[in-house]
Amino acid sequence: MQPADLSAIDLVAAVRQGDLSAVQCTEAFLNRIQYCNGAINAFLNVDRAGALACAESIDVRRRSGQPLGPLAGLPVAVKDALCTADLPTTAASKILENFRPPYDAFVVSRLRQADAVIVGKTNMDEFAMGGSNENSAFGPVHNPWDFSRAPGGSSGGSAACVAADMTPVAIGSDTGGSIRQPAGLCGITGLKPTYGRVSRRGLIAFASSLDQIGPMARSAADCALVLETIAGHDPGDSTSLTDAVPRYTSLLEQPLAGVRVGRVPEHFAAGLDPEVAKGVEEAFAVLKAAGATVHDIAMPHAKYGVATYYLVAPCEASSNLARYDGAHYGHRASAKPSSAFESPLIEMYCRSRAEGFGPEVKRRIMLGTYALSSGYYDAYYAKALKVRRLIRQDYLDAFEHVDLIGGPVSATPAFKLGEKTGDPLAMYLVDLYTVSTNLAGVGGISFPCGFTKSGLPIGFQLQAPALGEPLLLRASDRFQRLTDWHLRRPPNLTALCTPKG
Amino acid sequence: MNASTSETQVPFTTIIGLEVHVQLQTLTKLFCGCSTAFGAPPNTQVCPVCLGLPGSLPVMNQRAFRLALKAALALDCNIASFTKWDRKNYFYPDLPKGYQISQFDLPFSMDGTLEVIDPKGTIGPCRVGIVRVHLEEDAGKSMHDETAGSGDTRIDLNRAGTPLCEIVTQPDLRSPQEARLWLNELKLLLVYLGVSDCNMQEGSLRVDANVNLHIPQPDGRIAKTPIVEIKNMNSFRSVERALVYETTRQWGVWQETHAEMGKTPKQTRGWDDPAGVTRAQRHKEESSDYRYFPEPDLVPVTVSSAQQAAVRSEMGEPPVRVRKGLETRWKISAYDADVLVNQGRQLVDYFEELATLIGDGKIASNWLQQDVLRTLNERGGTIEDFPVRPAALAELIARVNAGDFDTSRAREIFSEMLASGRSAADAVLSMGIAVVGDDELVALCRDILAANPKIVADVKGGKEQAAAGLIGHAKKKNPNINPGKVRTICIDLIRAMQ
Amino acid sequence: MAALARLALFDHELATMTSELSNIVGFVSLLEELDTTNVDPLAHPLDAENVFRDDVPSPSLSTAEALQSAPRHDGQYFLVPAVLGESGAA
Repeated sequence: MQPADLSAIDLVAAVRQGDLSAVQCTEAFLNRIQYCNGAINAFLNVDRAGALACAESIDVRRRSGQPLGPLAGLPVAVKDALCTADLPTTAASKILENFRPPYDAFVVSRLRQADAVIVGKTNMDEFAMGGSNENSAFGPVHNPWDFSRAPGGSSGGSAACVAADMTPVAIGSDTGGSIRQPAGLCGITGLKPTYGRVSRRGLIAFASSLDQIGPMARSAADCALVLETIAGHDPGDSTSLTDAVPRYTSLLEQPLAGVRVGRVPEHFAAGLDPEVAKGVEEAFAVLKAAGATVHDIAMPHAKYGVATYYLVAPCEASSNLARYDGAHYGHRASAKPSSAFESPLIEMYCRSRAEGFGPEVKRRIMLGTYALSSGYYDAYYAKALKVRRLIRQDYLDAFEHVDLIGGPVSATPAFKLGEKTGDPLAMYLVDLYTVSTNLAGVGGISFPCGFTKSGLPIGFQLQAPALGEPLLLRASDRFQRLTDWHLRRPPNLTALCTPKG
Repeated sequence: MNASTSETQVPFTTIIGLEVHVQLQTLTKLFCGCSTAFGAPPNTQVCPVCLGLPGSLPVMNQRAFRLALKAALALDCNIASFTKWDRKNYFYPDLPKGYQISQFDLPFSMDGTLEVIDPKGTIGPCRVGIVRVHLEEDAGKSMHDETAGSGDTRIDLNRAGTPLCEIVTQPDLRSPQEARLWLNELKLLLVYLGVSDCNMQEGSLRVDANVNLHIPQPDGRIAKTPIVEIKNMNSFRSVERALVYETTRQWGVWQETHAEMGKTPKQTRGWDDPAGVTRAQRHKEESSDYRYFPEPDLVPVTVSSAQQAAVRSEMGEPPVRVRKGLETRWKISAYDADVLVNQGRQLVDYFEELATLIGDGKIASNWLQQDVLRTLNERGGTIEDFPVRPAALAELIARVNAGDFDTSRAREIFSEMLASGRSAADAVLSMGIAVVGDDELVALCRDILAANPKIVADVKGGKEQAAAGLIGHAKKKNPNINPGKVRTICIDLIRAMQ
Repeated sequence: MAALARLALFDHELATMTSELSNIVGFVSLLEELDTTNVDPLAHPLDAENVFRDDVPSPSLSTAEALQSAPRHDGQYFLVPAVLGESGAA
């Protein structure tokens, strides 16, 4: 059997039973990466030697009967926003181009302890700011379903990696939709856990009160497998939840009878692509057929989500990115004495940051600095925090009447590369359906629910109350037992990935 | 309103407020487990959190918060039931994150007081209001390298992340001397509580001062000079000197310019201790818009009244109460109580043990101040290591009281006890001092009287002070005699003679 | 604003950035529609409080590790260009 044809769950079972070696698995995926990555650019860094060494040691331990971790032999790709001590960690920015952290992120440690095989770091929008992976300093990522299109962002590399079977699972991060939206545009499953469910220690921070790390895979079941390993309390993260982590994989096999799914009519306003709307309505029908009931609900402040997000996030980001100043690590501009600056130190700051950051990052830093500055704080940042409370209240109210909220994850299927890069505001609106989840701190999952006539994936999103991951995974898993959208592969990938003669 | 400062009675009031930063006496930093020990080689006490590496996150040190709470309670502050931290955003190389985690609009305590009383009585009681006490992290150290032509600045981040209590006073101080005395009292209080060692030389206490003058005008209005912030004072003495200088300087500027507060921005001046002057510092650009906002990586903290009570109960007595206690219990003067308390809790404990054993506070206080402290000052060391313990000293004093020897002899014995570690009894033995029994003493006196008829005649004639001449003879006969006793016996004998 | 954020913007960037930011600010001003007079700000999505750690030392990085990514250092200290005048803030 081909490792790339196996689900992550089946793959780890095969390794555990000895039907496949960790080295075989790892090699199979490393070869696919070698094959595909040139055209897709999902990876910024591939650690062939390290991955094979890790796989080898797992095989040695397995052969000598030593116990193995729950993810033994599973190749994993990690978004380059998470620190890895043995590999450069760049957040897809020139300012960290050669940065090597002296420590692993908490999630990375957990993966290693579980004997996963980390094969490399995936491409992303710079500092997680973007919805198309076109803001990377190291080139955009191409959607495996159509190379002329974007995979979504900011975890575009992780999404494309899984969609092209370069690894069975990948780790992404989600601040305003950055796992769910690219999962939707790439036809895979991506989960943003409840805020605090997964430790942020070692995640290069974008917006601290919104960021969460989560799994991306071909199925909800595979996401459950990974989430079991990476979730849990970390005393090194003050915002980490102390609640026990359920065995998500054992909670999947439950029918949906009696589960109430909310549907927000405002989601279906003009601007939603008709094919996407159709795919989403069909998804609701599938859930109904599975025993759930669908109810229209109101989310009165939904339309303020993007504006709120584009104040809260840049404000926190402007502060989180102040440390990238060329002083203690990262890029420092070469000294060029100039009277334009008050001192050589200020010159170092300004030019290092000007050279190191891309335009979107600069925009958000400027916006955030402005919105926090004296005289504007109340009108912008403080106001946004108040609206945030209203948005969270919408969710609390809605969850009195329903157990899940369903809907689109993106207004359109994958758009063309370059289509939105000229207009920052247009790009911000791709987050329309996903930002409120982060503002409220609840969990959300997206998975494929159909395809457009031109063969592009259509994504469906479910959101749950805080700590509602078991229900999210169970509902998605049930959906995936009744449909096979998630099993589809990009056609012609082989041909597309073959090096041109 | 008091007239203030210098010898010439000038018609203005000096208004002083202080901003004090104290490093809390924890083992580790405020947000990470790096050591806070002083004097380590550069950049050896750092980790991803205090270096501000990407992905690092802060976690609050419980003991730091508890110590800060103690300080605020001792300063009589109101403790907020809900408190949070904020980011103070600015760029400087000793601040690796590009922001300092501090407290802005909801500090954990506000509105306290600390009074200082000058036991010498030269300055009246001074009640200084505390605006707020809050908890924040310290920055690292930047050292400008003047020598190398490249003009690099060297950064050591060992200090970055150390827990700091910021204490801001109301402008209630009215003279440089008051400021120094108040700082002494604050230091004493915080050292007594175990909150900080308040060592300015090591940087665990730093002070900035704000000072201006209030000048009554002929028309009854009060003119106020612009407030000046003074930085870079390295001792309490420097604070006093800097304030004296600055007061004089401001008065001079006033007389020349009559410039009042509000028309010029707040000035910052650095104190140059060797030169004895303050100098204007470069005006900071963008006058610091710190863009404070709530720290998203930390959660708020609540303090219940039960928790306050628990901290209070483990606080121990502040110096002001210890002083009063010593004065009341042992009937010693305010001055003496102050001297003892200033030496620290351990010396006070020694004193109380000694006073209890001998049943006399004044004598105990005298011995401590004159002998024990003198020795400590000469040789260094601490009262905990002092070789003569209260019980041994008490034994010695008891024998003085019993008349076995006089105080000067006792001092010799004390030195021997110090040097040899012997008890009083053993020291006496080893020095060959034998107490002269009363019968022997009387016999000796008869001998001396017989040998010195002239003195006897003088005493008989009414000059009792002539008896003092007999002491020397007595000592020659037996060095162990008690001079006081000899004198008394001789005079009695002479009176009994016909 | 660029100075506050320590970002050097070249002339051509300045014009684009200014107009882009104006658009964005105009967009986010949508929030003014809402009456939030009696609403408290929500800074944390969690309702957690009182998270502490014990005052127990944990291993620090070695100096070499601490300086490993420093653009300029002398083996002991980070080196940065001269700062004119005294320290930046309180």
